[in-house]
Amino acid sequence: MNTLVAHLPALQVVVPMIVAPLVILLRPRGLAWAACTIASVLAFAIAIQLVQGVLATGPVSYLMGSWPAPYGIELKVDALSALLLLVVTGASVFSLVGGRQSLDVQIDEGRQPYFYAAWLLALAGFSGIVVAADAFNIFVFMEVSSLASYVLIAGGPDRRALPSVFKYLIMGTIGATFYLIGVGLIYMMTGTLNLSDMEVLIHTVADQRPILAAAGFITVGLALKAAIFPLHVWLPNAYTYAPHMVTAFLAACSTKVSLYILLRFDFFVFQGNLEGHAFQFAAYLMPLAILGILVGSAVAMFEKNIKRLLAFSSIAQIGYIMLGASLVNVAGLTAGIVHIFNHALAKGALFLAVALFATVAAGLRLDDLNGIARRMPWTFGAFVIAALSLIGIPGTAGFVSKWYLISAAMDLGTAGLPLVAVILVSSLMAVVYVWRIVEAACFGEATDVPTSPTAVPPLLVASLWLAAALNIYFGLVPELALTLSGEAAAELLGHLP
Amino acid sequence: MEFLGLYNYWVFAILLMIGFYAVIAKRNLVKKLIGLSLFQTAVFLLYITMGKVDGGTAPIFSDAGTTIFSNPLPQVLILTAIVVGISTTALGLGIIVRLKEEYGSIEEHEIQEIDEQ
Repeated sequence: MNTLVAHLPALQVVVPMIVAPLVILLRPRGLAWAACTIASVLAFAIAIQLVQGVLATGPVSYLMGSWPAPYGIELKVDALSALLLLVVTGASVFSLVGGRQSLDVQIDEGRQPYFYAAWLLALAGFSGIVVAADAFNIFVFMEVSSLASYVLIAGGPDRRALPSVFKYLIMGTIGATFYLIGVGLIYMMTGTLNLSDMEVLIHTVADQRPILAAAGFITVGLALKAAIFPLHVWLPNAYTYAPHMVTAFLAACSTKVSLYILLRFDFFVFQGNLEGHAFQFAAYLMPLAILGILVGSAVAMFEKNIKRLLAFSSIAQIGYIMLGASLVNVAGLTAGIVHIFNHALAKGALFLAVALFATVAAGLRLDDLNGIARRMPWTFGAFVIAALSLIGIPGTAGFVSKWYLISAAMDLGTAGLPLVAVILVSSLMAVVYVWRIVEAACFGEATDVPTSPTAVPPLLVASLWLAAALNIYFGLVPELALTLSGEAAAELLGHLP
Repeated sequence: MEFLGLYNYWVFAILLMIGFYAVIAKRNLVKKLIGLSLFQTAVFLLYITMGKVDGGTAPIFSDAGTTIFSNPLPQVLILTAIVVGISTTALGLGIIVRLKEEYGSIEEHEIQEIDEQ
């Protein structure tokens, strides 16, 4: 047992990756789903185990094949990775456990084994990015996860998914290639790919200009992958036309994982090693974060399709995370990282609810949802809880991160007041767009009530309510996310002079 | 001399920009994908160039007494990146085939028009 525990960081990636090709062989109905779900639950269990390990003893390092670190491949799970692992594997479990019926409707039966294989590859890729401790493995896992997510998004019945996924493929590949150029430039100057080693060796580089160029390439490339405004154009359509469960899974984790690499590089590797990096980072990202928050929320107020509306709200939420990070202090970074976790909870639950609405409603425009609250009160109740968490009402998870973000901005004194104003205005806008959904659902007159009620998948309702309950639980008992984020922020900033 | 010494890097930058231009400016999806491939290939050249040592050969020990080796690591990395590039191109072409089936066109603006109707 003990030997197995030592290999957990590797197993985190290996389990879904090995099950993926096996899933393709499972033809009988439902078996592929079952195997995929079991692998995903196993990955979640491993992630929980790793979180406990990190909380108890600090970062876990794993040497592939026992080759020592700068030469061999190192896997490393610290507080930040542990938190992200929880988000990634948790999102996968929630969407898979509840998602069988929804996916049965949306994916052809013959193609399901391939679809679930792609799902597991995406899961393996995301986990791989998070556990890998060297720059090139991060690139490979990034491409594994991206290619698998393109397949997942294009897997649905809506043909409009195809042009959006092509756009995503082009932009995602450009982002990843930019990242690769940046890594190449650093390798040229330092001769290492291991992040910790890189961090030390960058000090010794006499000519800093290539490193500066590398920082630019990596930051822009990852901003493209993370859909930071104004590089977000691929996101709304990709989320809107993907199968509902894929949206729930990807909305909760895919952009967050890119943000994770961005933080890892800009803070851990570059911060304190490049002259004026903190200032440049903040000056580049803070205006974009603020614009993203305001524009994303504003567009969401006028969107007619509920999935597009929530996608634009995601762009605003990514803005919150970046706003926290661009303050470049422990309080701000903690707020940003804890928002990664809380936003995943809220948005994941909201998209699960959308999937349930889709089983009953004719479409997903707000007009189609008229009167849905009366037809599915339970689903709608959970939707409202998650939406309150998105807005940041006290008692929900979203409140915790907004509270931390506002107090981090207040710490700046008068300079922070405009930031507080931005956060408050955007929260009000969130109230508006959530209210539009609530208004349609509660007070809209249903035009076409089907005579025979459609069976609502009970597992999906259960997983939605569990997600909604977690939103409240982590709003009242936020210690887990806060401890991990605090430790992560301290680790990331620990290298500042 | 400086310019000639950096010959490969100039080719890298120019190829990168040609590919990038094609991705942005072309409306035909296949041409876009060609641009994307060019864009990725340019980066392969960057990596291979940085690992090259003047007069260096493949790093294989032999009795012949050659002592200067090129750095093999970037080449190994690029082997992986080539595989990634092929997968991306294959998937992109697959999506284009599906687009042609569904929309009857591979021109970006035509697909957009059909969607807006």
